[in-house]
Amino acid sequence: MKWTLILGAILAGLAIVAAAVSFVWIPYDILGTDVPNKLQPPSAGHWFGTDQYGRDILSLVMVGARTSIAVALVAVGIGMGFGVPLGLIAAANRGGWVDEVIMRGNDLIFAFPSLVIAILITAAFGPSAVNAIIAIGIFNIPVFARVTRGGAMPIWTLDYIRAARVAGKNRARISVEHVLPHIANLLIVQGTIQFSLGILAEAGLSYVGLGAQSPTPSWGRMLAEAQTFVTLAPHVAVIPGLCIFLTVLGLNLLGDGLRDALDPRLKVMRT
Amino acid sequence: MIETRDLSVTINGRAVLRDVDLRLEPARITGLVGESGSGKSMTALAIMGLLPHGAVPGGQVLLDGQNLLDLPEAAMCRIRGNRIGMIFQEPMTALNPLMNIGDQVAEVLRIHHDMSKDQALIRARERLDRVGLPEPRFPLSLYPHELSGGQRQRVAIALAIAEAPDLLIADEPTTALDVTTQAQILDLLRDLVASEGMSLLLITHDLAVVAGIADHVAVMKDGEVVEEGATETLFRTQSHPYTRALFAASRHAPARVPVAADDTPILSVREAVREYVLPRPSAFAPHPVLRAVDGVSLDIQDGESVGLVGESGCGKSTLTRAILGLDPLQGGEIRLDGQAVTAGAAMPADLRAKVQVVFQDPFGSFDPRWRVDRLIAEPFHLTGRPRDWRQRIAQALAEVGIEPSAAGRYVHEFSGGQRQRLAIARALIIRPRLIVLDEAVSALDVRVRAQVLDLLAELRRTHGMAYLFISHDLGVVRGVTDRVLVMDKGSIVEEGPTMSVMDKPQHPTTQRLMAAMPEIPEEWRMS
Repeated sequence: MKWTLILGAILAGLAIVAAAVSFVWIPYDILGTDVPNKLQPPSAGHWFGTDQYGRDILSLVMVGARTSIAVALVAVGIGMGFGVPLGLIAAANRGGWVDEVIMRGNDLIFAFPSLVIAILITAAFGPSAVNAIIAIGIFNIPVFARVTRGGAMPIWTLDYIRAARVAGKNRARISVEHVLPHIANLLIVQGTIQFSLGILAEAGLSYVGLGAQSPTPSWGRMLAEAQTFVTLAPHVAVIPGLCIFLTVLGLNLLGDGLRDALDPRLKVMRT
Repeated sequence: MIETRDLSVTINGRAVLRDVDLRLEPARITGLVGESGSGKSMTALAIMGLLPHGAVPGGQVLLDGQNLLDLPEAAMCRIRGNRIGMIFQEPMTALNPLMNIGDQVAEVLRIHHDMSKDQALIRARERLDRVGLPEPRFPLSLYPHELSGGQRQRVAIALAIAEAPDLLIADEPTTALDVTTQAQILDLLRDLVASEGMSLLLITHDLAVVAGIADHVAVMKDGEVVEEGATETLFRTQSHPYTRALFAASRHAPARVPVAADDTPILSVREAVREYVLPRPSAFAPHPVLRAVDGVSLDIQDGESVGLVGESGCGKSTLTRAILGLDPLQGGEIRLDGQAVTAGAAMPADLRAKVQVVFQDPFGSFDPRWRVDRLIAEPFHLTGRPRDWRQRIAQALAEVGIEPSAAGRYVHEFSGGQRQRLAIARALIIRPRLIVLDEAVSALDVRVRAQVLDLLAELRRTHGMAYLFISHDLGVVRGVTDRVLVMDKGSIVEEGPTMSVMDKPQHPTTQRLMAAMPEIPEEWRMS
């Protein structure tokens, strides 16, 4: 196994564990302020220091991980949930008008600048984590649709698909039984990559105030709030920044490593 | 001259080649014959210095007294393409689809010589003329996809002989081609050897090909040369039992099946027309239409075995897909047991259950992620899965000679011949009235092919279903069919009892196919 896969799994795992642990335990209450101890640098009592209200940054980061992961996960879920079936349908009807309609619809979504639309959606329906999820999710749909169609197309030309058709199976059934399992690797890899992009997008939206609203902590909003004190107490900005950076890096390494590990062709090339 | 002495190869401590001695003399064709896994291709790769990672060569490959196995990679690069050329089975993947044929040949020349591109293109033109792709029909600007399989193989040959190598290695160069194209490519190779004085190492599993072209033959088995000698002598004496077994299998015809075909046609095709709409040649031109099947009519009686032969592109595969109810017809009709065949979801399941299919490629015919029992049981989708489906699977496996415990395994654990048996088991399990065999034995070794043909004959005797054998190889069809149809350019041009069509072919296409079929001369056969 490659070191990138292991490192990626550790980094991404850390964020997920932190989020999971935050449900049962965090070092300090994140709603309780302690103004006399504001902007403390990292110490034995507060490993990541405190923010401008004297709240423990480790606790905030842990609960913030929850927001980031939840938003990204649901956004990937929306992307897969709509994109994969659309891609399978397009591949099953390749060359036909259904394929054409689906793929041109995808092109249409791709043609919009995604962040601008996300801002538009949150501006129209009010800033909230749910609206951020929907906005990010919509832009995941064409990504998964394209990857699915691209992976499914060559499989449709194989003899065992013809054998299944001779056995009277319809396209939907063949798509689910024969095609989908073969592109699962591809989708897992794309899923991790979209997951990391989702975390970035959530951080970006929260940073401009269109994501999770106070008092729900979020890495992006922590960054935004910290920028006033960045010269005074750089750790308040550096720590959520590092969290975003390391999680995204970890997910990308994980995706890359999974691609190598799951694709038997690449395995042959390496040996 | 190139010579191998005690050439051996081990992979992970396992010997895959042992003490192979070959003398590849100039202007001589050496045939290297054997079954899959016998070490033929490994010998070629060892000579080229292209062994897979982890393979350790031993012994010597001598070129002008120098042992190629001792040379560093950089020196081998100067020898490959320059002193030794190679062509492969699959001409499509051997060419770069993004480069035109002129540039590809010119590139080889420029790697080995300090030559301007214009000079190289002039030489490339000469080489392409030499392999039978002359101007103006084949300009240098053509791309591989614009050529047929045989023409692509000619380009691959032009690449390999661009530098007039001492040795040309041809690894199953005609296996992917139909008989008439095969005959043309073999003629070209023979002619090149005679005129350029190079040595040719022809690797093939087909003894008839070797009989027609090679001066010298080596028979390989399990990594060793078990017998070698001048072609005619070797064919006449066959001193090694393995050689005898190969010869016997190569002209094997299963015992005639005395199935009385009754008069009700199981399949009846009337004036079938299948057209393809091609892409527009220019933005506003109308779509050209290709008529791949043009008014074909045929009948197959219940229990009859019928062959459908023709060159690639004659429309036989298109017709097959329509018969299987996979593609719609644009005209005419197909009736299966009296009911009209329609493509897609409109075709009722009980009608579909009357026809099943076995494909050519034993590797692509199965979903590699499914276990054998699930794969074999897939046609039950048409009939509903019976209560005793597990016994039915065991029975189907037993009928094709595979132990029932195989049901829990995956297809990659089986050899090509075993997979083809599994494919037959899958076709058989719902007891169809007609089985379409689409080049079903073309990819198999001669001995495995003989076994599969026997199996098919036996199954027809016990179950009395009809067969439609699709093939480009008349030799296969001869032994196993009662009647044969010859197809050319979308139409049936000749039909009749197999023996009389083959003995007295009437139509030029049939005559061409018969003439192109490689055969071992009758008088060479051992008494």
